[in-house]
Amino acid sequence: MIEQYLLSGVTTGAIYALVALGFTIIYNASHVINFAQGEFVMIGGMASAAFFEAGIPLPAAVALSIATATLVGVLLEKLAVGPAREASVVTLIIITIGASILLRGLATLVWDKKIHRVPAFSGETPIALGGATLLPQVLWVLGVSAVAVALLAWFFRRTLTGKAILAVSHNRLAARLMGISVRRVLAVSFGLSAALGALAGVLIAPIAFTSWDVGVMLGLKGFAAAILGGLGSSAGAVLGGLALGLIEALGAGYLSSAYKDVFAFLIIVAALVFLPNGLLGRRAAERV
Amino acid sequence: MASSAGARPSASRTPLLALAILIAALPLALPNNYTYEIAILVGLNAIVCVGLNLLIGYAGQISLGHAGFFGLGAYGSAILAARGGWPASISIPVSLIGVALLAWAIGRPILRLKGHALAMATLGFGIIVSIVLATEDRYTGGPDGMAVPPLASFISGEKTWYWIVAAALIAAVWLARNLIESPRGRALRALHGSEVAAGALGIDAAAHKLSAFVISALFAAAAGALSAHYAGFITPGKASFLHSIELVTMVVFGGMASTFGAVVGAAVLTTLPQLLTVFKEYEMVLLGAVMMLTMIFMPRGLVPTLERAFAAARQISR
Amino acid sequence: MFPRIVLAALALALSAALQAQPQPIRVGAFLSVTGPAAFLGDPEQKTLELYVEKLNAAGGVLGRRLELVVYDSAGDAEKARGYVKRLIEQDKVDLLVGGSTTGETMAAVPLAEAAGIPFVSLAGAVVIIEPVKKWVFKTPHTDRMACEKIFVDMRARGVAQAALISGAGGFDRSMRAECLKVAGKHGVQIVADETYGAGDTDMTAQLAKIKGTAGVQAVLNAGFGQGPAIVTKNYRQLGISAPLYQSHGVASKQYVSLAGDAAEGVRLPAAALLVADTLPDADPQKKVVSAYKRDYEGRFKQDVSTFGGHAYDGLMLAVEAIRRAGSTEKAKVRDALEATRGYVGTGGVVNMSAHDHMGLDLSAFRMLEVRKGDWTLVK
Repeated sequence: MIEQYLLSGVTTGAIYALVALGFTIIYNASHVINFAQGEFVMIGGMASAAFFEAGIPLPAAVALSIATATLVGVLLEKLAVGPAREASVVTLIIITIGASILLRGLATLVWDKKIHRVPAFSGETPIALGGATLLPQVLWVLGVSAVAVALLAWFFRRTLTGKAILAVSHNRLAARLMGISVRRVLAVSFGLSAALGALAGVLIAPIAFTSWDVGVMLGLKGFAAAILGGLGSSAGAVLGGLALGLIEALGAGYLSSAYKDVFAFLIIVAALVFLPNGLLGRRAAERV
Repeated sequence: MASSAGARPSASRTPLLALAILIAALPLALPNNYTYEIAILVGLNAIVCVGLNLLIGYAGQISLGHAGFFGLGAYGSAILAARGGWPASISIPVSLIGVALLAWAIGRPILRLKGHALAMATLGFGIIVSIVLATEDRYTGGPDGMAVPPLASFISGEKTWYWIVAAALIAAVWLARNLIESPRGRALRALHGSEVAAGALGIDAAAHKLSAFVISALFAAAAGALSAHYAGFITPGKASFLHSIELVTMVVFGGMASTFGAVVGAAVLTTLPQLLTVFKEYEMVLLGAVMMLTMIFMPRGLVPTLERAFAAARQISR
Repeated sequence: MFPRIVLAALALALSAALQAQPQPIRVGAFLSVTGPAAFLGDPEQKTLELYVEKLNAAGGVLGRRLELVVYDSAGDAEKARGYVKRLIEQDKVDLLVGGSTTGETMAAVPLAEAAGIPFVSLAGAVVIIEPVKKWVFKTPHTDRMACEKIFVDMRARGVAQAALISGAGGFDRSMRAECLKVAGKHGVQIVADETYGAGDTDMTAQLAKIKGTAGVQAVLNAGFGQGPAIVTKNYRQLGISAPLYQSHGVASKQYVSLAGDAAEGVRLPAAALLVADTLPDADPQKKVVSAYKRDYEGRFKQDVSTFGGHAYDGLMLAVEAIRRAGSTEKAKVRDALEATRGYVGTGGVVNMSAHDHMGLDLSAFRMLEVRKGDWTLVK
């Protein structure tokens, strides 16, 4: 039975990890917690379901939905976060909360309030692994998360845009003095986070279905996973996501399934009391 | 976050008097019980927000789980009254004492955290409370909630409750203002500016943060208990994460470090959805748009921005 | 002077004539059109709007037009309370139909009782009509009935020990509590009781625990929304062979299409509406359900849902009661509602009484099984 609990934990953990990555990127660039991140996940899932149901083949539907979400992310930055960029972080967070409400409302208008399914990428036959089973789709989620982390590491360290984003996150004024366009960096970060979120949504939809409000819980758990892993660290986001999934599954299996989320949050809070910057977070030096 | 630490609350009594007059005169504009209900809801939310503002605006902390205290205050009194048969005059104070103790016990470890870690810890607390309330259905009635006995057999009806909530709100605002202008309040504001500097001045940061946390928890619990006895029922949804976010939004929207900002924020964000309901399926889109636009154009919140505008206008006309 | 008198007289006559126009009958509805229970409220709203239109086209009720006022309470009990107040105090409706979820209904009950206005609820839990409240009625089958129907079917298949898995929502918890209460009476012992959270994406851990529990002969999933669909898929993924029962909360084509092949062989109790086409002609409900299905699917191009059916029954019961009472006087309508006998609706044949404000018995539920992606009646 423990093998199934572990695989169950890995399944949900992989999903949380992808969502958490999206939080990390925007936070790195702007120190804003984007409460609309869950809605990017929702857009990825719903758009791909809509495109697919309209007859577009799945790969194209996936690509189109990621593009749609990226556009929404960039628009969010240009129209809402950008103009308010000099405001306090709390104000920016409220703006993203407003954005999440707006996006959910738009989803019910553009699409509908029903639950939709998207076909799995490589079939539904469960893979047997030592007495337990795993869906092939989960391997896609894990694989894509690993590739995403690797690509992001390369992007931030080797490309000029990536380095520009890192520069802005360390010291916005200095970056601007070096000729980096902060506006462009923010737009790219939001677009990138949105794309990642949409990718998560597309990968998850065959496992957990998709609907207009699927972003609320996923956003919340992804946020928790990002903080557990250490906000600002991509590897931390993935680690936090997997840890959260495993705690939930093991809690459900060995303790009480009714309280699995309670255990998970208790452990997160306890972990934060001892490691305030999360598992892999960097200790930030605070200016006095 | 240096902005709100510089806010200087006026020491005069006129704003409180103005609020009292407004509350006393409002019933003339309320045509039926439904509008009284909305006014009562505004009042209850305002009480929570005034307390939450002490924590967020003045002490500079964050709490994404304050609806948990609201729910605990409500259920504490509801369970003692409905299952234990206690009169509300006892069940409410006992419930509040319980919440204060819990807030003190939780506050000590988690207030050592800062920024996002603190946000996450308070968020976790709120979610744990709402899950426990929804799961222990033998005591709490589960997700569908439970019925709550009235405050007293002779207290019923929206009009009576309007005055009860109004009195509670005036008391809450008066208490908050007194706290802010007391030495304790000044210490809190110093904390917000810079914890290290305040420490250098001999201010015990941990103790002050904890007292702000407990006091704001008490405000929320009191509003929760009143809400439960007024509506005659309570559901775990009142302790939900979404409700916590609503409360923080009201505080920021109205203006942090502004007690009247908290009241105005609660008023606007409680009545707005009622007004927008005429737009039916566009309600969510419009609500989100209003929130975003207001924060973009009035980033310091409604009341501070208006205060500044008036001050600027007065300067120009001089 | 003279023309002024004429004008005044004309004005008086006109206003008198306008007063003489029959006042419309105002039906107030508060439904979860958006929010987590949107798949309840959406068909309910569509049904109410469709049939108010049809009734008005046919001349109205007692010669008066029907006017529908609908508010979206989004599954939130407090919002529901506010809207019910608005309906009673501001819109001054003659009766209430609505409360898609139990939480919203229970929030409205004290208001309806205090105001003395008939209220037909569209929610499921047995607590709505037990104990009986003077002004409150309901059309959907109770969750307790669903449990009993399932346990009776389990016994017929020789099942004596079953496992329960449910979600965190009000419907789920309420049905779980009822099932735990009545299982013993039907000779079934519940040996495992697992739950999952709202928005959970994988239930294999809970199902693995159930699979590992000795003696489980059947599993009952009390829930609605996407949870049961995920449970069904996980059930097949783990290769559990024991029969799986779902609740009436997923009695919809959406569940079947979401769960796909995994739903094959799943049984659940549902209203006859779902198998309208295959009902024998002699069945007392055949005419009503076929007509509703035809009207609803023709207008909205969507599959019928039992929840829309409950709204249809609610509206028709109220209209019948108004006709029998001969007026919209609230006390008379209430008495007429309570005196409903032999009303054939989409949910079953309704016989109300002073201590039964729902009027359905176990035969109103049919046991259905999913075969090849469609519903079949289990004899």
